[in-house]
Amino acid sequence: MDLSFVILVEVLYGVASLVLISAGLAVVFGMMKVINLAHGEFMMMGGYATITAVGLGVNVFVAMLVIAPLVVGLIGLIVERLVIRHLYGRLVDTMLATWGLSLVFIGLATMIFGNTTTGISTPIPGFAVGGYQVNGYNFFIIIVTIVLVIAMFAVLRGTRAGLIARGTMQRSDMAAALGYSPDRIYMMTFFCGSALSGLAGAVLAPLVGLVPTSGGAYIAKAFITVIAGGPSLIAGLVSSATSFGLVSQFFTFAISPVIGEVALLIAAVVLLRTMPQGITGRFFKGKL
Amino acid sequence: MGRSASQDVMITLVVSAMLIWLLPLMISTYTLTVLVIYGMLGLSLGLIWGFGGILCFGQAAFFGLGAYTYAIAAINIGESTLPMILAVLVPAVFAALLGAMMFYGRLTDVYLGVITLVVTLILFKFVNSTAGPQYVIGNARLGGFNGIPGFQTLNVPGDPGAYIWGDPYFYVCAIALVIVFLLVTWLLRSSFGRIAVGIRENEVRMGLMGYDVAARKTVLFAIGAAIAGLAGALFANWGEIVTPNLFSLGQSAEIIIWCIVGGLGTRFGPIVGAAGLAYLKFMLGQQSMIDNTLVMGLILVLFVLFLPRGLVPAVASLLNSIFGRTKRKPRPRRMRRARHG
Repeated sequence: MDLSFVILVEVLYGVASLVLISAGLAVVFGMMKVINLAHGEFMMMGGYATITAVGLGVNVFVAMLVIAPLVVGLIGLIVERLVIRHLYGRLVDTMLATWGLSLVFIGLATMIFGNTTTGISTPIPGFAVGGYQVNGYNFFIIIVTIVLVIAMFAVLRGTRAGLIARGTMQRSDMAAALGYSPDRIYMMTFFCGSALSGLAGAVLAPLVGLVPTSGGAYIAKAFITVIAGGPSLIAGLVSSATSFGLVSQFFTFAISPVIGEVALLIAAVVLLRTMPQGITGRFFKGKL
Repeated sequence: MGRSASQDVMITLVVSAMLIWLLPLMISTYTLTVLVIYGMLGLSLGLIWGFGGILCFGQAAFFGLGAYTYAIAAINIGESTLPMILAVLVPAVFAALLGAMMFYGRLTDVYLGVITLVVTLILFKFVNSTAGPQYVIGNARLGGFNGIPGFQTLNVPGDPGAYIWGDPYFYVCAIALVIVFLLVTWLLRSSFGRIAVGIRENEVRMGLMGYDVAARKTVLFAIGAAIAGLAGALFANWGEIVTPNLFSLGQSAEIIIWCIVGGLGTRFGPIVGAAGLAYLKFMLGQQSMIDNTLVMGLILVLFVLFLPRGLVPAVASLLNSIFGRTKRKPRPRRMRRARHG
């Protein structure tokens, strides 16, 4: 009983962290079709923003949930104005330019923070379930993820801003004809996507030792989750994260964490080969 | 159409002979060797990306695979001839299988990039985790993060005692690069190369004309991997150790940057880009003011924004516009562009 509870929490945590890692990219890539290879570095900067803010005496939750997304969102805004807006519609060029950006960010972080591991302790203590110790912070991540998914759904589905953003992504000329500036809407959407990446990096920061190259650990997972998810933003994100999370946690428990990671990647290759349109290209068609 | 095939070969031979003679006077052969090897690696991606239109994010996988194959085979065999051949064959076969899976599944651009990226990551993660004594191939321990040191380095075929190292090794690598370059030239002049370029330009049309697009892409992909594998084996010999970093994303990124900076769709561009940027990195490594990665990243961003065609084509068209009016022939080698591109 205790063991099954622990495993359930671990599986939920695995799925939630995948959703969290991929949310920002889902907006930037899934909606705007910008392949942001600097996504991992946005998360890395979110982590550093949190640690710096905590070091300055800010409450850790404020740092994670408010400061980090704002800082990274602003960095994203600058990047969008300087580089990315010149490259909309040029898929391969954006990919290369953002890869270059990711190297720039790694270099900057190395120069500012040094090539050493930094971290903060988890703000929520663990507790015992029967004979097992459970990390309390995992619950926090699961809850943040659930709130995030619901909020994204509500914004995109329920608000006028979400409607305008979705419309512009589908037919920017039509949105322009109706009096909305696609340029500004793209800018705002990129800001939101970067802020989500920053939030994810910040929330995951207490669990990992942060080094300037930490972003590389996230980028591949985020990409395969978003691409395997397919055209529907939220349904795709949740469904692919669930399937990859299940596969990876199953192999982690059955064999070892490394095999779990490898199994996730192999599952991704198989999935992309069999369903190049992504999961929601075949199922849940037309959902958000 | 320009020069004929024999002229092309002659020019290549003369220029490369001059470079092989002149460059060691300026840069130490130890550094030059690795520049030559990177040039070959750049050429491998330049071939499949610039002429075949296959953007592979995992060229480092084949590079690393070649290096590891060489190291493992060399420990087990104790002689370097067969391991060199294996180091070319294993990545080629691996790439053929991977390519067949992707191209027969009609995967393109983004999906191709992601799958090659993921395969590289799988290899990286797997090799990184093989530190334990249970991971053994023959007599060779895989060694995990520490890599494999102490294998038999290149020797004169048939005589394991006669090592090739130092200056002679540079000449071996340089001649290998020239041979590979000539083979690539020949391949691109053949009908196979022309059809590959046709597929890059318009895949559907080539398919409708009756060419088996998937098979041709797979073969081209395997050829690129074979060249990368050879470069990997030469690199293993140069460094005398192989580590999982050969598979890393950073390595893959660098290869792509070389091609972009040098110029896609040329044979010469990726080699220039690779050698030039590797040398720049070497120079930057001697100071600690500015971080290396930062400069590389900036170069990539600036090139994508302002010079997306790359250095070699840009210089070529610049010289053409300067010298074209006065009807003087531009100096041949610096600006030679692929005539089939």
